[in-house]
Amino acid sequence: MAISTSTPSDGAPGTAPSAGTGTGGDGQRRSTLLHRLDVRGAPYAFVAPFFVVFAAFSFYPLIYTSWISLHRVELSTLNLMEWVGFDNYTALWDDDRFWNALLNTITIGVLSTVPQLLMALGLAHLLNYRLRGSTFFRVAALTPYATSVGAAALVFTMLFERDFGMINWMLSLFGVENIDWENNKWAAQTAISSIVIWRWTGYNALLYLAAMQAIPRDRYEAAAIDGASRWQQFLMVTVPGIRSTIVFTIVLSTIGATQLFGEPLIFGQGPNGITGGADNQYQTLGLLLYEEGWKNYQMGRAATVAWAMFLLLIVVFVVQRVVQRVAARKA
Amino acid sequence: MTTDSIPVRAADAPPETVRMKRGATPSGARRRRLFAHPRAGRQHHAGPLAYILLGIAALFSLFPLYWTMVAASTDNTRVTQTPPPFLPGPHLLENLGKAWQDAALGKAMLNSLIVAGVIALSTVLFATLAGFAFAKLRFKGRNILLMLVIGTMLVPPQLGVVPLFMMMTELGLGQKLPAVIFPTLVSAVGVFFMRQYLSEALPDELVEAGRVDGAHSLRIFWSIVLPIARPPMAVLFMITFVHAWNDFFWPFIVLDMSNPTVPVALTQLSAGYVRDQSLIMAGALLGTLPLLAMFIIFGRQIVGGIMQGAVKG
Repeated sequence: MAISTSTPSDGAPGTAPSAGTGTGGDGQRRSTLLHRLDVRGAPYAFVAPFFVVFAAFSFYPLIYTSWISLHRVELSTLNLMEWVGFDNYTALWDDDRFWNALLNTITIGVLSTVPQLLMALGLAHLLNYRLRGSTFFRVAALTPYATSVGAAALVFTMLFERDFGMINWMLSLFGVENIDWENNKWAAQTAISSIVIWRWTGYNALLYLAAMQAIPRDRYEAAAIDGASRWQQFLMVTVPGIRSTIVFTIVLSTIGATQLFGEPLIFGQGPNGITGGADNQYQTLGLLLYEEGWKNYQMGRAATVAWAMFLLLIVVFVVQRVVQRVAARKA
Repeated sequence: MTTDSIPVRAADAPPETVRMKRGATPSGARRRRLFAHPRAGRQHHAGPLAYILLGIAALFSLFPLYWTMVAASTDNTRVTQTPPPFLPGPHLLENLGKAWQDAALGKAMLNSLIVAGVIALSTVLFATLAGFAFAKLRFKGRNILLMLVIGTMLVPPQLGVVPLFMMMTELGLGQKLPAVIFPTLVSAVGVFFMRQYLSEALPDELVEAGRVDGAHSLRIFWSIVLPIARPPMAVLFMITFVHAWNDFFWPFIVLDMSNPTVPVALTQLSAGYVRDQSLIMAGALLGTLPLLAMFIIFGRQIVGGIMQGAVKG
């Protein structure tokens, strides 16, 4: 930054660069030098803050996580690191809670992501019609996104309450017995997924809508001439037209799903939150990380879980890439 | 999902207008062209069925918030009866007041305001600087650096929490607001968002003209780029503010109940310290109100910004 701020000749538009600075020739030379420095250096100065902050607070911690995972570190004595090699990893591998949390993360991830994106696609299609009050519908769809995890999870916890919750009451109108949303594993995972779905469907719908609006109209006209029905047009023009957005939202949702933390924590209402229910029935990897580090005080173990989450993410991306390739080849 | 980002659009088709105050910019014609893009994909008028389905979707979106208000305005006995209440009761202000005290929401609100405000300001500033450089300045390694920026979006910051926590403790920042602020001072999505906007909205000739007049880069940024970039900056500010206000995992780890942000303070309500269900809902409502207010006033701009940031097919 210093480069650009220290330039002496602040020539206002219309004045010569060297006007007013020192003796003519010397000032000229100095300002050309500074000018060249400015042109060369300023771009780097402008992008530097991003990279400095990212390196210090994201990249370095990510790398350092792997180093910590090879040590025994306790929360109370953070500066004492005892080398244990791969002990944390073998312990994690042998730990049932890890496999349980991994499975829960995957099942809740699927339960929340798939319906969310499908519903977002439908909603975007509806919003893409010529509408009265389209701004209202768009803002309404996005409102849950303004609600914090904390507030949303509190409200849904109450809606899913076993004895007096709104949802059990509604189900009872159809003759369904009260469901124990917290203690039944699949019920709990469904409830948690519904929080995620509620918060993010509208957001994704707007992304799809933006992409749909960029599809040239003549593609629809051509399809209509070929005799394609509305539904066929949706499948053959709309969906391919927004494919890269769909891929993008899948990536975003997947990252979100592997990191899931706040929803299950608050859904568990306090002590049961961190363990993901009395039987860990909805403990995610995020919760396990927190439990190891900040409840059991084992930071080395927590780092190992973080690293496992990272690996999971990579595996999911590789699988997704492969599926995409295969699908593209078939098409 | 919970990733902290607004996604990015390849340059050529911003579908929705960002209707903000019109700054006196030299590129009026260009901006009009940018914003008045024909709505290519819109073809059919919506039939009754579409309206019904959209109505249902809006109901699903808004009902939980409405019900929060209802529950917060009754009392514990009424909330825990079946059928549950559907209409507001008389106790709203009383409950809001109590929840404000019980969950120490006053301090939490102030903290969240500081955290979200600082993060949004610095994100906008740095994103505009970097976005300008990537869009209009020529330098070695530009494309590689831009790829790097995009690549960083794929690294969830949550994975580094263990060393980050150790780092903050070492620096004496544990339980302090800077610990929450520092890691999120910049955003890759913001950089990309501003780059996309500026590469279209800012004519090369203007930058060149500034150079010919002898203005240095920071001055060009200040007097030429900033006026043009104001609308997307406002949108980026609001979107970043929403994300920072709602951020949960890291603040929950590094802050404690003596100095929380709003989402962290709200966990106190769920953790059994407060037994009154109406009070819990009142707290949830309070924690959401500032952002809801923002959505009511600027909803259209936020929607436009998110759509403008979307990836194009």
